[in-house]
Amino acid sequence: MSTAEDIVTEAPAVEAVPKRAMTLGFGTSLVVLAVLILVPLFVKNFIIFQLTMLLIYALAVLALNILTGGSGQFSLGQSAFYAVGAYTSAILMEHVGMNYALTLPIAGIVCFGFGFLFGQPALRLSGVYLALATFALATAMPQLLKLGYFEHWTGGVQGLVVTKPDAPELLQAMASWFHKSISQDMWLYYFTLAVGIAIYIASVNLLRSRSGRAFMAIRDNEIAASAMGVDVALYKTLAFGVSAGITGVAGGLGAIAVQFVAPDGYTITLAIQLFLGMVVGGVGWLPGSIVGSAFIIFVPNIAESFSKGLSGAVFGVLLFLVIFLVPHGARQVAIVAQQLIGKLKKN
Amino acid sequence: MTQAQLAQGQSPLLAVRDVSVVFGGIIALNGVSFDMHQGQILGLIGPNGAGKTTLFNCLSRLYQPSSGDILMEGESILKRPPHRIAEIGIGRTFQNVALFPNLSVIDNVRVGAHARSSSDIVSDSLRLAWIRRGEADVNKKVHAILGYLDLESVAHTVVSGLPFGTQKRVELARALAADPKILLLDEPAGGLNHEEVYVLGDLIRKIRDDRKITVLLVEHHMGLVMSIADHVVALNFGRKLAEGTPAQVQADPDVIKAYLGSKDQ
Repeated sequence: MSTAEDIVTEAPAVEAVPKRAMTLGFGTSLVVLAVLILVPLFVKNFIIFQLTMLLIYALAVLALNILTGGSGQFSLGQSAFYAVGAYTSAILMEHVGMNYALTLPIAGIVCFGFGFLFGQPALRLSGVYLALATFALATAMPQLLKLGYFEHWTGGVQGLVVTKPDAPELLQAMASWFHKSISQDMWLYYFTLAVGIAIYIASVNLLRSRSGRAFMAIRDNEIAASAMGVDVALYKTLAFGVSAGITGVAGGLGAIAVQFVAPDGYTITLAIQLFLGMVVGGVGWLPGSIVGSAFIIFVPNIAESFSKGLSGAVFGVLLFLVIFLVPHGARQVAIVAQQLIGKLKKN
Repeated sequence: MTQAQLAQGQSPLLAVRDVSVVFGGIIALNGVSFDMHQGQILGLIGPNGAGKTTLFNCLSRLYQPSSGDILMEGESILKRPPHRIAEIGIGRTFQNVALFPNLSVIDNVRVGAHARSSSDIVSDSLRLAWIRRGEADVNKKVHAILGYLDLESVAHTVVSGLPFGTQKRVELARALAADPKILLLDEPAGGLNHEEVYVLGDLIRKIRDDRKITVLLVEHHMGLVMSIADHVVALNFGRKLAEGTPAQVQADPDVIKAYLGSKDQ
């Protein structure tokens, strides 16, 4: 009967990663963590600011990774969630006078709701059609933020200026004992790192749990997942919500770090950069998020150092090289490195 | 005396009542009725296009019958969405194996336990104590099933690389993880060689005997159906042709005609 075809679903569009391979080993995690903690102590404030942005984008890439690598849904609309998070934090800080740290969970919850609601119509779409629908969201968002109706809150085209927070006085006092001072940039870096680690751990927990298995079951075969009792619609929208929520927290952190939100900072270009970061880092490999983030932050600068006029073309060539040489991104590099280390140990 | 005979007189576990399915003018099923009793292995047979898979998909709620009803322990299943079928004890396997290809064997089976466990994304993210306890229970059950079906050695292998016969066992394990009362098997012998088919037959009987699970077997392979089924329902062109013990159905002139053509041709 032709119904046989109904049951065999198409191959997943994204080559998926087995669950165990989604994270780093304990030892490697500690090394990465040590590097992240120590590096800012030895570099200038501007570099620290760039490293903060690296962590923030890494969070946004991680969020997309949960959606695409975890539940198999595409999104080119992450910039919209990032924008909502950034504006939520900025408005709460500047209009309500709320503490910056408290604005982040609110930005996360608002974006979770927004993503969850957006996930409802997205249920009817999959693959490239879903990518297009999210693309539409990303193109619409900057204009929505400019609407005169919201101008009192959003500042319209001008955007909002956000005050950069100082390090807590207790920490400053402790640092002064050692005749050192904690700059705003350094404080924000460590604050972002703490938030990032917490979200990373929660994400790993989530993907390893019953809910995470449900996401991956849906990614691999929706009909079979449904037959096992997985509410496909619920988990697909939850994946959108979680992804949007984490992106919203990243957006809030971004607003605090940049000290400024404006509609044109959150265009489709940002969404494409995040997508790029995910692919370069390795789809579905959470630790790759930071590598992908480094690519989208530093490689354009490197390209500019080759040629100012042709920086876009140089970036394009570099991207081509990455896609040809390591199509599975940083994950592939990690696997090769692991095998090499394994061989060396045997010898 | 078979378990099926013992079960006679009790109310049926699953009752298919006058089910019809129409696809845009084509009648795929036409008023089919039969009962399944606790502990039975019921074989559903018929030539290609007879409506076996259509009926199967009604039971697993992929299709909505145009008329008629399907009762599980006296309660209609037709109001339930497909993902709420597992929780009332109806498990299934798929015709061409529908596993989660990128997950390991153990994770595939863990997904099978989804309907028998609970969690929410916040508790899962925080790995709260009750989540850890629930996971420990699931793991205990999953390991028992893997041991039962001799899959422990491949527990952490990604399923897409396993031989087809092993994948079929993984699918059975996944279905068992939901503690089904009824197991719907859609052409389990498809793609297996002669010897594997009889190993499978023994396995199905063993599962029925050990776990008191009722089995609906939709199958092309006559040898398998006739050797393990207690009761056989034969379909042709969407209608029930015959019903009874394997021997009765095999001897039924209509069934012989459907499979071999009539003498006059």
